[in-house]
Amino acid sequence: MIHTADSTFRLDANAVDYLIVATYFVVVVGIGLMARRQVSTSLDFFLSGRSLPAWVTGLAFISANLGAVEIMGMSANGAEFGMATVHYFWVGAVPAMLFLGIVMMPFYYGSGVRSVPEFMRRRFGTGAHLVNALSFAVAQLLIAGINLYLLATIVNRLLGWPLWVSLVAAAAIVLSYTALGGLSAAIYNEVLQFFVIVAALLPLTIVALHKVGGWEGIKDKVQPGQEQLSSWPGTDLTGIDSPVLSVIGIVFGLGFVLSFGYWTTNFVEVQRAMASDSISAAKRAPIIGAFPKMFIPFIVIIPGIIAAIVVPELVKLKAGEAAGDVKYNDAILLLMRDLLPNGMLGIAIAGLLASFMAGMAANISAFNTVFSYDLWQQYVKKDEDDSYYTRIGRLATVAATIIAIGTAGIASNYSNLMNYLQTLFGFFNAPLFATFILGMFWKRMTATAGWTGLVSGTAAAVLVAFLSEDSFGSASWGVLGLKGQGASFVAAGAAFVVDILVSIIVTMFTRPRDEADLEGLVYSLTPKESLVDPDEVHLPWYQSPPKLAGIGLVLVIVLNVIFW
Amino acid sequence: MNASGKKTVGLFDIRFIIGGLIGLYGVILTLLGIFNASDKELAKGDGLNINLWAGLGMLVAGVAFMVWARLRPVIVPDDVEPNDGP
Repeated sequence: MIHTADSTFRLDANAVDYLIVATYFVVVVGIGLMARRQVSTSLDFFLSGRSLPAWVTGLAFISANLGAVEIMGMSANGAEFGMATVHYFWVGAVPAMLFLGIVMMPFYYGSGVRSVPEFMRRRFGTGAHLVNALSFAVAQLLIAGINLYLLATIVNRLLGWPLWVSLVAAAAIVLSYTALGGLSAAIYNEVLQFFVIVAALLPLTIVALHKVGGWEGIKDKVQPGQEQLSSWPGTDLTGIDSPVLSVIGIVFGLGFVLSFGYWTTNFVEVQRAMASDSISAAKRAPIIGAFPKMFIPFIVIIPGIIAAIVVPELVKLKAGEAAGDVKYNDAILLLMRDLLPNGMLGIAIAGLLASFMAGMAANISAFNTVFSYDLWQQYVKKDEDDSYYTRIGRLATVAATIIAIGTAGIASNYSNLMNYLQTLFGFFNAPLFATFILGMFWKRMTATAGWTGLVSGTAAAVLVAFLSEDSFGSASWGVLGLKGQGASFVAAGAAFVVDILVSIIVTMFTRPRDEADLEGLVYSLTPKESLVDPDEVHLPWYQSPPKLAGIGLVLVIVLNVIFW
Repeated sequence: MNASGKKTVGLFDIRFIIGGLIGLYGVILTLLGIFNASDKELAKGDGLNINLWAGLGMLVAGVAFMVWARLRPVIVPDDVEPNDGP
């Protein structure tokens, strides 16, 4: 048997595959050109004129998240840990998406803010706003770089171009459509990307299942044993030895704090829902997105599990033998190399490229909105006319893309550093969620409490990460016996609790804001009519946000039980 | 489709674009599945002619998008000024 046991394996693409990939790029840039004709105000550019139907924003919502980290990372987790990876979807995403749709979206959309940091500013003033806007903008540049790096890796594997040429070419394509058509182009492309990704991964899953002998085949052959096929208690995934603590970690750390923090305050996601054409469509967007999100594990995690059974390099890696430079992250690529004939291989490559571009375009389009509205308009140049900010937005898009090429270069040289930075930015989300939820439902909470809560919550998370064994690699001190995902769960939990406590204590000693300023931002001070559309009670069940959310919740519980 | 005199977005509808691209992929894969299914190609997919089946599936999906967009066209509301772009 011949092993190509190094990380520079090539995908054996031929002319048809290239034709398929090239067609995809032509359509992507074409959408950018067509969307440009619709852009006439800054609201068009940054929020698609708030005019998109719910199924479009709902799919874009999910597609913006279906980037490199999701596809490569979750199939890698599937290969390494098995079915426990579904927690990232069924516990760590769906409940939070339903919550965002039902509880938080009415405030975001109804208050007329143009970004999540802007909501922060109107509720808590500029202190909390500046912390939020800056950390968000920097994080987006970093994550765009990671997506770009993975995108360039595929181009490099496929065409054999040097990495830096691949980087620049990939960046140029993303730039061309996001700068031309703004959020509309990004969203339309995300919807298209969603379907191309499914067209790529679904047949791959079918071939892989055929190869391994169906679900029974997986059961027989999965290593080290069948416990890989049950999702609870997930001790391998969390790195927490005690099953009880592991379950608590998954439910509270991942399911509550981390996932609610990510999905409800992350402007990359919320921006998609804000582009909807009505309050009820904005509420529906994350709820509609939750349905495909439930089933994505079947075309991402299952291929990962099978790859660890049928790809020789991964079998060796999992058995702890020398496997060259092969990493779990290569699971999907290796499976494509081994199983797909030319033609389908081209679709699969187009699907992966689509996924990484969707991720990067989402980061860039969220960045340019926050930069233009929240940083430039708020703190640098206040009273220019509207076309000025659209121009700033385009310039910010170009600058962000160039910076992303730089961060991608850093990612290629210091992959650990990037992981730690991502961990670090993850720590901003948990306290954000605490501050938002407290601020939306407790009118007395003061502006000082807003920013002190955020800062101390983040500090608590960073402290836990330093005390753990490996959150910051060798920079961690190992005082607490926590490692891997378990450490992130505890860090996020600490951030949440400290944020709530500090916010309550500081509020007791500072003056609350004038109630008239808080209308539309706090539940008890907002007229109920402004949180729903007038015709919402007459909507059929498939358009009613609470009913749809109820169906989603039941489905996700059923899935959890089936794959217990 | 324009019987009521209302403006539709026509080919700009994203559903036509999705249907067109997925449908085109379906045609390419189906043709490959029929005419290029050598034993060597089939062996990769462990005997399953994935090009053919995925191709047919994509054809159906592509046509479904086109039909949906034809039957339920997006109407441009009257109160919105048509934009000719900058």
